Amino acid sequence: MHKSKASRWLAGPYLLWMAAFIVVPLFIVIWYAMTNADGRFTLENLTQIGRYSSVFARSLILAAVSTVVCLVLAFPVGYFLSRLRANKQHIMLMLVMLPMWMNFLLRTYAWMTLLEKNGLINKFLGLFGLGPFQMINTSGAVVLGMVYNYLPFMILPIYTAMTKIDDSIIEAAQDLGCNVWQILWRVLVPLSGPGIATGITQVFVPSVSTFIISRMLGGGSNLLIGDLIELQFLGNSYNLNLGSAMSLVLMVIVLLCMSFTSSFDESEMEGVV
Amino acid sequence: MNKKQSVILQRTYIVLVFCFMYLPIAVMIAFSFNESKSRANFTGFTLGWYKSLFHNEMILSALGLSLVLALVSSVLATVLGTLATIGIHSMSRRAQLVVNNISYVPVVNPEIITGVSLMLLFVMAQNFGLGGGNGLFGWPTLLIAHITFNVPYVIFNVGPKLRQLDPSLYNAALDLGCTPRQAFFKVIMPQLSPAILSAFLICLTYSIDDFMISYFNSGTMQTLPIAIYSMTRKKVSPEINALSAVMFCVILAIILISNAADSRAYRKNQKEIRKAMQEEGAR
Amino acid sequence: MKNRCKVFAAALAALLLGAACAPAALAEGDLIEVNEDIAVSADYDWTRFADDGITLNVYNWGLYISDGSDESVDVLSAFEELTGIEVNYTTFDSNESLYAKMKSGGAVYDVIFPSEYMVGKMAAEGMLAPLDYTNIPNFANIGSDYTGWDFDPENTYSVPYTWGTTGLIYNTTLVDEAPTSWAALWDVQYANNVLMFNNSRDAYAIAAKKIGRSLNPQSVDELTEVMQELKDQKSVVQAYVMDEIFDKMEGGEAAMAPYYAGDALTMIADNPDLAFVHPSEGVNFFVDSMCVPANSKNKAAAELFINYMCEPSVGLANCDYIGYSTPITAVWEQLDDELKYSEIAYPGDDVMGKAEVFTTLPDEINAALDAQWSEMKSYEEGGSGWMVVVLLLLALVISFFNIWRKLRKKARDDY
Repeated sequence: MHKSKASRWLAGPYLLWMAAFIVVPLFIVIWYAMTNADGRFTLENLTQIGRYSSVFARSLILAAVSTVVCLVLAFPVGYFLSRLRANKQHIMLMLVMLPMWMNFLLRTYAWMTLLEKNGLINKFLGLFGLGPFQMINTSGAVVLGMVYNYLPFMILPIYTAMTKIDDSIIEAAQDLGCNVWQILWRVLVPLSGPGIATGITQVFVPSVSTFIISRMLGGGSNLLIGDLIELQFLGNSYNLNLGSAMSLVLMVIVLLCMSFTSSFDESEMEGVV
Repeated sequence: MNKKQSVILQRTYIVLVFCFMYLPIAVMIAFSFNESKSRANFTGFTLGWYKSLFHNEMILSALGLSLVLALVSSVLATVLGTLATIGIHSMSRRAQLVVNNISYVPVVNPEIITGVSLMLLFVMAQNFGLGGGNGLFGWPTLLIAHITFNVPYVIFNVGPKLRQLDPSLYNAALDLGCTPRQAFFKVIMPQLSPAILSAFLICLTYSIDDFMISYFNSGTMQTLPIAIYSMTRKKVSPEINALSAVMFCVILAIILISNAADSRAYRKNQKEIRKAMQEEGAR
Repeated sequence: MKNRCKVFAAALAALLLGAACAPAALAEGDLIEVNEDIAVSADYDWTRFADDGITLNVYNWGLYISDGSDESVDVLSAFEELTGIEVNYTTFDSNESLYAKMKSGGAVYDVIFPSEYMVGKMAAEGMLAPLDYTNIPNFANIGSDYTGWDFDPENTYSVPYTWGTTGLIYNTTLVDEAPTSWAALWDVQYANNVLMFNNSRDAYAIAAKKIGRSLNPQSVDELTEVMQELKDQKSVVQAYVMDEIFDKMEGGEAAMAPYYAGDALTMIADNPDLAFVHPSEGVNFFVDSMCVPANSKNKAAAELFINYMCEPSVGLANCDYIGYSTPITAVWEQLDDELKYSEIAYPGDDVMGKAEVFTTLPDEINAALDAQWSEMKSYEEGGSGWMVVVLLLLALVISFFNIWRKLRKKARDDY
């Protein structure tokens, strides 16, 4: 399109908006993280976070576990869906997305009732003389909640990447004597790399920062970073400065994760092309 | 493993995954018809929970707020975003990169951080006396927050479409005597409108669904997700199951209708193409 | 000590309010009927804000008003009908989250319902508006036992709403013998079968009573010692809950839990297997009050709301539904005998003699409590050690993977 100087001004309102509501708030977080309640400079908030290292560790581990579980579950789904006929693909895709449109609080609540000690799952297992198991209020329940909520975010990008893989490539690999595992590792995984990378970020980032899932399914004792931040802002330990410092650390973690997956993305793409 | 076996294996796997995804929802819908409040024993059929749901003033007013908020914020975000996209498009490469990268921040940042950082901004603005005695929190903060996380989705939906456009079209319009404004509205806009519409719909759904960011910036107001949250923190009434069932049906209906419309448009298109080809052939 | 304080306060309240409330007392019996359950004093101008289009933001505890669910009386819609004032009613789940929301400036409310220690804290920080009792003649209905407490000696800021005690709720089918002591909540035989308060003051109170301390820590060292008890308890606790307790206890999800007596009555009514006991070490005696925040724009209308809540018929509807104990004498007299003489809602001297009230803590102890609460919640017994190791391993695996990938890519490039 014609690059006129005048049309550049159309971005003006947005640039102002962006500065005021995206850039400035981030600096305010940093500012709060570096000051105490009286507004004086301090690094105490950041050093205090060391005390909560177990929460950070737990968040990272649970998020990593649920990301891996999502990946393992979603990879075959993405592949199988991409091999279906076009009109079937469309319907299946809708089915994958449908639960995503439902409010995630309701979806998580559904699991709450299922996992209870006297819930349906334990009732069902009881028919076979098993249980009852303590399922709700465990870290397993939190991982389940994450996997359930974020699985579509993993399926969709993998599926998109898979649709670009032509059947003939797989057939060629077969003809050249590859077995199933070789096809998987040498052909499918590298070729769907960008999709996997997107999926990993899309699952990991919300998992590591959630506070609803851990609160509803973890019973308030499986605290995650999100809970800790919420606790400082609107919860029992009112301390905006400490909360900001925690947010800052969370942001750094997410950035690290992003840089990792995006490097993965590029290098694999290079390898493929 | 022969082909047939592997197909069966694939089918079973997909069915299992879908079971995992739909079983909780199915259970909720089933228990919305349960006569007693029990969440594990089905004692009898009733529609009473739906009735009380539609008389629950808290839910209804929260739903109203959510819908109005989603509509207003999506319209504003779409306008702001579309203008921004066109503006960004005519910037230098480096400026484009900077703006796009900053716009990515609300998309990739954890929602809790977007929420918290906006809350801090508003708290600070309030400390400087903005918003007067009633405080800033409420409608203004909710609206700003929703627009903020919606605009990037508009930019990243409309931007690629704009880049695909043939620049000579615009120039041709100018050559044929259009003013730049005419050229924009008569030539560029019609081609962008599907992308803009889909961006608007995305904004609408994100806005209705958002909990985390609203939670920190809602003041005394309750959007539907916040109302649901406060419901799950109390003695839970089966109304919540009824609400899930209603939401599921509404979503299902929307998707089916839009799908039907899509496929009808597709078929119509195909028919026209075929007709045109036949005419060509006849000639 | 308490009794002396109460007598003094009663005298004071009588002095203060005698003049203002005389007309209301005279007009007794002259009532406006709003609906079949709610009738309010006719000698009060209820409709003076009807044309002002006011919306009152009321912020209350969850499940703390008769709101029309379960065929109860809908107190709020009756208020709207009576006065023409709209009510935007939202709920919180602990004093601390109420404080956080108000302190951050995250919302402006017109009526809030903090407990006694929070009233003291908010008043000291200038967050509450002094009440104009000419707008609240029904204050005279409040029994003198519940006014003039230390946290607000002249009731400048607060009107009592309900009072109650904490205690232990247990499921008789899930415990071997009925617990009588807070120590049962530390008993390993109930591991994963115990629920615990999800707010710092109430949880602290239980741990403090268990080791024979006061609910109100005098020093940070004392606080740390008590918080250690809570850390030790973590392995026994299934979940930290507030109002989620209703579903969990009624559904038999846990064997026992500490909670407020009024809510225990509601739970027992729904599940007869449940029982309630005031543990022998002593309990917390609390009063929840109605206050108007200093930044409220509708103070007079807020006071009208408070006056409405003190109407005997409204108080009765609330008490019937929420089960908490009422400070309004006229309401207590009208209660069913079952509730009126309930040991749970209106315990005798053996319990009240050992009950202790929260005081407002000094800032430094409060800050320490908040910080240690976060820490306690994130604490994991012997946990952080192995977690860090796992994390390091994870990082190591990822970096090895990266290197391996780079090498492979290099090999491919060479090829």
